[in-house]
Amino acid sequence: MRKPVIEFTNFSFHYRTQSSPTLSGINLTIYEGEKILIIGPSGSGKSTLGHCINGLVPFFYPGEISGSLKIFGKETKKESIFKLSSMVGTVLQDPDAQFIGLTAAEDIAFKLENQFVPQEELFESVNRVADLVDMKEHLESTPQDLSGGQKQRVTLAGSMIDDVNILLFDEPLANLDPATGKIAIELIDRIHKQTGKTTIIIEHRLEDVLHGEVDRIVIIDEGCILADLTPNELLSSNLLIDTGIREPLYLTALRYAGCTITPMLKPKSLKTLNIEVNKTKLHAWYESVGYAEKKQKNDVLLELKNIHFGYSKTKEIIKDVSFKINKGELLSLIGKNGAGKSTLAKLICGFYLPTAGEILYEGENLIEQSIKERGDHIGFVLQNPNQMISQNFIFDEVALGLKFRGVADKEIKDKVFHALKICGLYELRNWPISALSFGQKKRVTIASVLVLGPKLILLDEPTAGQDYKHYNEIMEFLWNLNQQGITIIMITHDMHLMLEYTNRAIVISEGQKIREDEPANILADEDVIRLANLKETSLYQLANKADFFDQRDFVKRFIHFDRRTRQL
Amino acid sequence: MNHKILSYIHQESPIHRLTGAAKLIGFILWSLIAMITYDTRILVVMFILGIMIFLSSKVEFRYISFVFYIFLLFLFINNIAIFLFEPMQGVEMYHTKHEILHIIGHYTLTAEQLFYQFNLTLKYLTIIPLALLFMVTTHPSEFAASLNKIGVSYRIAYAVALALRYIPDIQRDYQNISLAQQARGIDLSKKQKLTKKLRYASSILMPLIFLSLNRIETISAAIELRGFGSQKRRSWYHERPFTKEDYLAIMLIILLFVFSMIITFLDGNRFYNPFR
Repeated sequence: MRKPVIEFTNFSFHYRTQSSPTLSGINLTIYEGEKILIIGPSGSGKSTLGHCINGLVPFFYPGEISGSLKIFGKETKKESIFKLSSMVGTVLQDPDAQFIGLTAAEDIAFKLENQFVPQEELFESVNRVADLVDMKEHLESTPQDLSGGQKQRVTLAGSMIDDVNILLFDEPLANLDPATGKIAIELIDRIHKQTGKTTIIIEHRLEDVLHGEVDRIVIIDEGCILADLTPNELLSSNLLIDTGIREPLYLTALRYAGCTITPMLKPKSLKTLNIEVNKTKLHAWYESVGYAEKKQKNDVLLELKNIHFGYSKTKEIIKDVSFKINKGELLSLIGKNGAGKSTLAKLICGFYLPTAGEILYEGENLIEQSIKERGDHIGFVLQNPNQMISQNFIFDEVALGLKFRGVADKEIKDKVFHALKICGLYELRNWPISALSFGQKKRVTIASVLVLGPKLILLDEPTAGQDYKHYNEIMEFLWNLNQQGITIIMITHDMHLMLEYTNRAIVISEGQKIREDEPANILADEDVIRLANLKETSLYQLANKADFFDQRDFVKRFIHFDRRTRQL
Repeated sequence: MNHKILSYIHQESPIHRLTGAAKLIGFILWSLIAMITYDTRILVVMFILGIMIFLSSKVEFRYISFVFYIFLLFLFINNIAIFLFEPMQGVEMYHTKHEILHIIGHYTLTAEQLFYQFNLTLKYLTIIPLALLFMVTTHPSEFAASLNKIGVSYRIAYAVALALRYIPDIQRDYQNISLAQQARGIDLSKKQKLTKKLRYASSILMPLIFLSLNRIETISAAIELRGFGSQKRRSWYHERPFTKEDYLAIMLIILLFVFSMIITFLDGNRFYNPFR
């Protein structure tokens, strides 16, 4: 008999601040030692479900509970958050904000410190769990010295230091670069196998999680459980498409080729997938879809010439970087965290001055221009729209830059309306910003930069942490903007975004440009992939497995076909 | 940029070996003496002692030189301001008047005023080097543990540690927001009028405040999930047990305290008066 550890029975939850229940009629049993993936689009209630398990609901976020949730047979609403935290260890999404300690060791020890455990035991336990997550070498490091992936390992160690039986990961991949995300999934897999702890992962990046083993996948949509299936069963159904979650790319390719996916094919990963039966169909599809190279005009808009930069003379952060950006390009800037991508963007915008080199915009040297003057040519959009928004209403926010420049009211109105129309926000112009979704806020920040009339926009991770629906919404918007003649540079970690939307990519590693090419070619270069912490998409592996000679061409044809299909 | 001003610097010295709590107690008593007494003899002895303590810590002066010079500048301005506002303070305190130089109007330089301001300066010069030394020789995490050890509630002590932890993050947020807003045309340079500058500043502060509030929510959730506040007491990973050296240091400072107080109040008031 398997022992149930988490039992939801007719469980509903209603946040005090919300008008309708976030979760309703949840029935779900999770057994000891299982590994469960909970997926769902943004706002589906999947995070709330996690909060119910670790006790943040109802003890931190108050609200109305009906029905029952038992963990190890105990009714949670009668317990406390502290009691629950000794059974459930939680790793939250943001590796930075949840890193509490001044050093890694303290952060790991935090839970035991709070239980007033004597110091000698602290040392012992910290060493033990640090070893489990391979962080023993970094115990005295400060959060500023650690990468996002390392911080997450520290948090994981800290949450399991007191031998919890359940591990809960709330969107563990949201802030990691592709290669680091893959390692994180492998680590979670290894710890699950080594310790046998019941493991729950909440994510919307399905394909990345399926890199590891998962027993069951639970889909949440609009506060209800839509499905509770094994990976093979789920991937053979149409449920993912209906809920707007991106299925693994290799399966999309198979579907395009007219293959029927059944649990028999073992579609849960490319390793297990039986390709033989569908090989002919896939090859036939490949032959049938054409694809045309887009012609690029080589009209240089921005040029970086031998740019060097460093805070001190001895340590250079940017080393001799040169590249050209043509008018009308949609380009991605990629590389691992800390490689110098953001620094390059800041150099282009004039936030930092290069120690050597030239930046030319339409042939004119930008070095002499102030940040404000460069703002007329080049717009910079931060990752999180909340970092930029300071006004209450859309119109005022978009008008802000013009007001700072002392433009006349009449002209402001015309320009703002124009920018709002481009960004599809004209109808909402009198709305308060607080009523907007994340994607809409993003558009507000883009409009507020566009209104100053730049020909080039730089975006820092435009889709980070967004589910497929919002990803699509933001990217289609940017693509349309690009079609209207705005040149766009995106800093991104999303390999498929790069393949799907951008026509060229520049790879930065350790402050140097190591490659500049079409995205499909970059992802075919193993050295670059390794140096820059990239990850090839599963399309390459599928092409390889199905014996395609030219994998790059297969990927290109897929992207072309996919874009056309989705736009219809 | 790599070395942050006044952050902990790891080194091997008797001062570094002392626990944070011993240093904190020592520093509080030391400052109390310097604040209470106006006895020049004690202040001079403490000033010399302070320099000796500083030297024994092996902390290089250049680590604190910047802050120290700024402090000297403030001290200088402070001295001038005292003279401008209270030119006869010394005369009032020492009940005699030895004129040295008449400047203008009621501004007369007296030996008493000079002596009073000399004492005041000496007070600062005994406290400041040790305050700086305390900061660069105490590991920030041990600092929180020390506060807790001398009786401050661990919730407050940990709040201090959290502040130290998140200040660099908030600085980074501030920088990003400020730069992005400057690209939109905010001009915070000196050329701007103050009223305009304040309005501009709000477009940086508003996002910063909302962002920080979000961060605080995550932090509070994270610390509750790891049982912060569940017990009356907590242990500290970076706490160090008292050694003989710590007890010795505390005893010495208590002796110094008692001795100084006796000498200071022996003649009935806090002021050592050479003019009588």
